[in-house]
Amino acid sequence: MNTIRNESRRDFLKASGGLLLAISLPEALAQSGKAVFQPNAFIRIGTDNTVTVIVKHLEMGQGTYTGLPTLVAEELDADWSQMRAVGAPADAKQYNNLFWGPAQGTGGSTALANSYEQLRKAGAAARAMLVAAAAEKWKVPAAEIRVAKGVVSHPSGKKASFGELAADAVKQKVPEDVPLKDPKTFVYIGKPARRLDARAKSNGTAQFTQDVKLPGMLTAVVIHPPRFGATLKSFDAAKAKAVKGVVDVVAFTTPVSNGVAVLARDYWTAKKGRDALSAEWDEANAFRMSSADILAEYKKLAATPGTPARKEGDTEKALAGAATTLEAAYEFPFLAHAAMEPMNCVVKLDAGGCEIWNGEQFQTVDQMAVAQVLGLKPEQVKLNQLYAGGSFGRRANPKSDFLVEAAAIAKASGGKAPVKLIWGREDDMRAGWYRPMYYHTLKAGLDASGNLVAWQHTIVGQSILTGTAFESMMVKDGVDATSVEGAANLPYAIPNLAVSLHSPKIGVPVQWWRSVGSTHTAFATECFLDEIARETKKDPFELRRALLAKHPRHKGVLELAAEKAGWGKPLPAGRARGIAVHESFNTFVAQVVEISKSKIERVVCAVDCGVAVNPNIVAMQMESGIGFGLSAALSGAITLKDGVVEQSNFHDYPVLRMNEMPRIETWIVSSKEKPSGVGEPATPVIAPALANAILALQGKPMRALPLSTQGFAFA
Amino acid sequence: MISLNLNGKSVQVDAEADTPLLWVLRDHLNMTGTKFGCGMALCGACTVHVDGQPTRSCVTPASAAAGKKIVTVESIGNTPVGKAVQAAWAVESVPQCGYCQSGQVMAATALLSANKNPSDADIDSAMSGNICRCATYPRIRAAIKRAAKGLQA
Repeated sequence: MNTIRNESRRDFLKASGGLLLAISLPEALAQSGKAVFQPNAFIRIGTDNTVTVIVKHLEMGQGTYTGLPTLVAEELDADWSQMRAVGAPADAKQYNNLFWGPAQGTGGSTALANSYEQLRKAGAAARAMLVAAAAEKWKVPAAEIRVAKGVVSHPSGKKASFGELAADAVKQKVPEDVPLKDPKTFVYIGKPARRLDARAKSNGTAQFTQDVKLPGMLTAVVIHPPRFGATLKSFDAAKAKAVKGVVDVVAFTTPVSNGVAVLARDYWTAKKGRDALSAEWDEANAFRMSSADILAEYKKLAATPGTPARKEGDTEKALAGAATTLEAAYEFPFLAHAAMEPMNCVVKLDAGGCEIWNGEQFQTVDQMAVAQVLGLKPEQVKLNQLYAGGSFGRRANPKSDFLVEAAAIAKASGGKAPVKLIWGREDDMRAGWYRPMYYHTLKAGLDASGNLVAWQHTIVGQSILTGTAFESMMVKDGVDATSVEGAANLPYAIPNLAVSLHSPKIGVPVQWWRSVGSTHTAFATECFLDEIARETKKDPFELRRALLAKHPRHKGVLELAAEKAGWGKPLPAGRARGIAVHESFNTFVAQVVEISKSKIERVVCAVDCGVAVNPNIVAMQMESGIGFGLSAALSGAITLKDGVVEQSNFHDYPVLRMNEMPRIETWIVSSKEKPSGVGEPATPVIAPALANAILALQGKPMRALPLSTQGFAFA
Repeated sequence: MISLNLNGKSVQVDAEADTPLLWVLRDHLNMTGTKFGCGMALCGACTVHVDGQPTRSCVTPASAAAGKKIVTVESIGNTPVGKAVQAAWAVESVPQCGYCQSGQVMAATALLSANKNPSDADIDSAMSGNICRCATYPRIRAAIKRAAKGLQA
């Protein structure tokens, strides 16, 4: 994988004549014609005094186009108003995710965390070259030169902007190992800079995949089989072709999908053609189970021994000797990502290979998958980065499903025109790749004093990673790390603890979904702990606190959330609080939810993500994660009936709206630890915190999601 | 041929009469600021103004909008209210993924054009038809209030 090179890469050494670093330029930048100073793969300083950061991670809402430029601006001592961001091309040699080895991609809340030193160093190197250029020009010692807010100056009164020095800076030697700033002197890190992409995303100019238009381009609208595993038997294109404007009707097959595509110059015509099309399917190998059948199978499996994922002490013995035992089971449905921008992709085939326009989250995997479908080499697949209208994991498909579908359609139609594949909302919601269904059973043993002495946790659900590029790394001894994360690393001090896993294989394609395993493990563990607290008449906050003595960061957020929420203070009649704490992706989050019968009155969220590079974005991601988690908690469910997905659009897959969004207060733990991600970790905490508030208010435990299936709804 | 009054200009479009306004804007006129999200008037990403009213362009046949004044996100910034809304959106850093925000801006501008000082309940009522999967709702609320204040000053 580390041999991937982008065909279109240009060697900056040749282009600039001076720099020692060989770097690739995105095509558009290379062609801009302006003299630019590009000290490394991440920064370009123009003679117009702009500083453009080439961001290696997809901007899908989480703030990479602001967070990564902040790191550069800090060490460069730039002015925030001169900062710009563009997406990097596919080039894993230069733009790999440092936490993923040689692969380029975005996920696991790693974008800022893996870039923290890399982009600061890039900024520091650029600053040193600007200073060297000024020193040479002004004939003064470099040590006497200062840089602040984008102005390079000398005590003699000499001054220059970055833009004015760019041409000379190109000629300077690229420094090695420039020292980074002492965090005490940070100007931007830790401060709430405004988002760089806010304006373009408020006036309609931000470009998403959906907005790409190429000369001669055709739009493809597809029909997929009604069930997973079914294949196309035959189709009658006559009625589709009779629709005025339909250009072509083609069957397509990829390693993970098949169907028929109708192509036209515009979406509406193609959709009318698709709606007129009749297709017959071979359903011999189709998946025909219903959600209820799957759950029944999972319940049977849960009663049998699973593969151990963690073992401390002797849980069987401790349970046998316990004064009291408690049991509970928790159910979780399939969930769709339902990003606002339905999946789409633009593909152009040409003599040299293929060019793709996409909100790219998984460059290395996508290049390989598309290359395989088209019979190309990965480096012949050029990827153009665009904004993504949300993802929540979906655009990083392990099999590149919608990309290879677009590529297969372009190929099937003879490569005569660039193809934009547009899925309607219904296509998107029914295509699979869901957060898997899960079933959890938990059993606790308490001694005569009510102390928690045993914890037995069994998880049943499909493995996400088996069969993906991550399998060899993250599926060990039959345990998919993402199936048990948040459960196998339960932080509570319990002497006898056993976690085991069943990973049944069923024919529904599944995928990571914002916070992955924690989406279900946090709910099962945190709700069960509250059931134990209730049984033993202990305060849920105090019980957690006592069990977290050896986990200061968990304890820190727990105490902060409790303090700010006024935990323990009397509430008006008809109100109750719930609390939950969970770590995911090395970020620690605790939330206190206060509810009445009619609504969520307040959510207090405490987060420890190490250094909060932009506290404003951290707060936004807490709000976003909570809102996303609430959609799933209250009403999110994809269900199957005889193998057919029952939901199709936002009327039967309702998501959180403005009037349902609670008031959220976010508190950030002051920390000197390296930054960790914030895109996902707020999501898994809200459902258990809410369920625990409902338990406190109504005395009834919530043991299945969504809560709407438990007879719970706000009045 | 459909004749439209779009952003103050008269345009002619060669599209079938049943083509939704959304696709006329996006595919025939290459004005891609208005977004496709659901196709069923469930999410609000496609919101434009038709004679000043927030309208879901994904279910509005272009022919039905003929002769009416259509305003899209591309020109809403030319109005004092639209300008104030877009400025407030930037100050509050409202957008995350940004895909729904054209529709949010259009809905908020329609609200503030009709109601200079909306309450929280007014905001809920005017904005709950516009889904944001990033849940930028608290920031949208703050930005609407900021814009309202700016317009009153």
